Amino acid sequence: MLQVAWLIPLLPFIAFWVILFRGRRLPGEGAYVAIGALGLSGLLSLVILGQVMFGGRYQATMVWAMMGDRPLAVGYAVDPLTAVMLFVVTVVGSLIFIYSVGYMHADPRYPRFFAYLSLFAASMLLLVLANNFLVLYAGWELVGLCSYLLIGFWFERPAAARASMKAFVTTRVGDFFMFLGILLLFFTVGSLQFDAVFAAVQTGSLAGPLLTLAAVLIFGGAVGKSAQIPLHVWLPDAMEGPTPVSALIHAATMVAAGVYLVARTYALFFSSPDHLALTVVAYIGGLTALMAATIGIVQDDIKRVLAYSTISQLGYMMLGLGVLGYTAGVFHLMTHAFFKALLFLAAGSVIHAMNTNDIKEMGGLAKVMPVTYVTMLVGGLALAGVPPFAGFWSKDEILLEAYHHDRTLFYLGAAGAFVTAFYVFRMIFYTFTGSLRSHTAHPHESPQVMTVPLIVLAAFSGVIGLVGAPWPLVGNMFHRFVHFEAAEGAPFDLRFAALSTAIAGAGILAAAVVYRWQLVSSATLRRVLAPAYAVLVHKYWWDEFYAVSVVRPVVWVAQQLRTFDVYAIDGAVNAIGVVFVWLSRLYRVFDLYVVDGAVNLVGWLAKAAGGRLRHVQTGRAQNYLLVIALGVIVLAVIGLTR
Amino acid sequence: MQVGLTSYLIVAALLFCLGLYGVLTRRNAVAILMGIELMLNAANINLVAFNRFVAPAAVAGQVFALVIITLAACEAAVGLALVMAAYRSLETIQVDEINLMKW
Repeated sequence: MLQVAWLIPLLPFIAFWVILFRGRRLPGEGAYVAIGALGLSGLLSLVILGQVMFGGRYQATMVWAMMGDRPLAVGYAVDPLTAVMLFVVTVVGSLIFIYSVGYMHADPRYPRFFAYLSLFAASMLLLVLANNFLVLYAGWELVGLCSYLLIGFWFERPAAARASMKAFVTTRVGDFFMFLGILLLFFTVGSLQFDAVFAAVQTGSLAGPLLTLAAVLIFGGAVGKSAQIPLHVWLPDAMEGPTPVSALIHAATMVAAGVYLVARTYALFFSSPDHLALTVVAYIGGLTALMAATIGIVQDDIKRVLAYSTISQLGYMMLGLGVLGYTAGVFHLMTHAFFKALLFLAAGSVIHAMNTNDIKEMGGLAKVMPVTYVTMLVGGLALAGVPPFAGFWSKDEILLEAYHHDRTLFYLGAAGAFVTAFYVFRMIFYTFTGSLRSHTAHPHESPQVMTVPLIVLAAFSGVIGLVGAPWPLVGNMFHRFVHFEAAEGAPFDLRFAALSTAIAGAGILAAAVVYRWQLVSSATLRRVLAPAYAVLVHKYWWDEFYAVSVVRPVVWVAQQLRTFDVYAIDGAVNAIGVVFVWLSRLYRVFDLYVVDGAVNLVGWLAKAAGGRLRHVQTGRAQNYLLVIALGVIVLAVIGLTR
Repeated sequence: MQVGLTSYLIVAALLFCLGLYGVLTRRNAVAILMGIELMLNAANINLVAFNRFVAPAAVAGQVFALVIITLAACEAAVGLALVMAAYRSLETIQVDEINLMKW
């Protein structure tokens, strides 16, 4: 089955075209086609995952074009990391697709939504299957395109249109660095194959500052896609898209691509002198984890809470990768995909019921929407890192690695973990406990097509972490499956696990004190911590900073260039036009009198000559005869007198 | 007085000139045909005279004259037929009035 791995991205890709052209005429208006195609890909991925577990590996490459004497190859490879990603993307993706049937019900562009979703899944699957930078970059950009299309799916809303553009432009900034990195690798190594690049790193032909530079440039792409500081600003705005899109972007596909990229090219980062590139990754990840988590505390939009949570969790993944916890980072990527998809879909279910995103208008929904409540609670516990839910195992592992590697990073991560537990339970308490604060809403439980994916995802979120648990006898199974030779993880430490559980518990407890039991009112907290609150509510002024430092100068330059265009370039063009109009008027006169005159003169001459000469032709035979006779006489006279 | 070759030639030349004059000056198609007859007969006189005075043994001149008489008869027949046809369609036999094909 490994040889047909190319079918996995192809099936959703075909579904995309079929839905695009057939649309409403398809069964289920295209939804069944999309779900069927991705479901088949999911089955294939499961088979492939099984085969890879038992040692199967496969790689296929073909030369696509020659660049001078350097071949540009395309191809795909299946290895443990790819297999895990295929599994996560297809399974989580399929559940989100099914959920969308309910959530997008009666949307005017329903088939198109499924077409875009299919293309999104296909791009992501292409990205993870790639065995070289070229195909990976193609998938990478396709993912960016799809995110643009889906975030701006409700483009009638100006906020959505702006958000899609912001997401696209911001990630393009990162992509630009990544492209530079890829070019750097191509010109130093001469190949875009992962194997060739890693071999060059191994043999030392690519080393030193150049290697660090290449790794950091590649990381630039990951920073953009995975919404790390300083390019994280697009992700909260991306919440303008439909909720299943948010789930797809923030769980299984787009943001995961950045982490996947760092994991895939880990050899580059690992071999840079003094792990410099990894240190960059770790610090950016750690700072992002804490900063985004703190912003999450003050958000009132349920989706924005989750958006900042996503940024923060991506920061953890980067942190994990950066502190030599290769397995921990990838493991967190996988568990996060499940519990964040769950949280988003549960939030979507709440929004579907309430018709608002504001958690302050909700309350007491636990009684009305029990399935959503329970599943979201599972997701929240997983996110907070409470054993035995998924998030605990991966986050604990990351914190452990950070503790052994760099204490500063550990403190960042630990503080972030406390804040994470706090904001997610603040959200849950606001939404599901107390009494309903809105007087206009009539909440109801969502239809089964939405709750069943929630239940399945909740089940995954509950148990998926166990594959990375330190079992007696077999040890950490996930670690044995996906690992990087030189970066072996630290052994599980029971006391450390207790510590991280305590951090999560403290966060939940603090949230409960404020928002459940209301021993301290949140208004008092806001007053006491006014300066900190101001910082958080303005999201550390990142947007304002970009508005002043990037947007305004760019707009100013654009305006200047417009002025230049209008007056200088248009003026020059118009001047040339005027000159040529005058020149052609001159030419017209010349044509009219000189050229036409000459032609007419020739005609007139011929006509005049003909008019004169026609009298010679009298048409009377006797005249001709007279001339002949005279001619004969003249000839006779000449003949006789000579 | 012995009538010599020169006399015959002078008569023939005068006859030819008369015929030519008639052809050139007449406007009536029948008169033109008559002029042509005169010119042919002038040629006949020449042939017969040369036969008589230059080579009396041969009869080539006589034969030529006979052929020309035949030809003249044919010519008169065709010419008069044309004149008849022209008269029927155009109601004139004045050659200067038959100018349909003139520019």
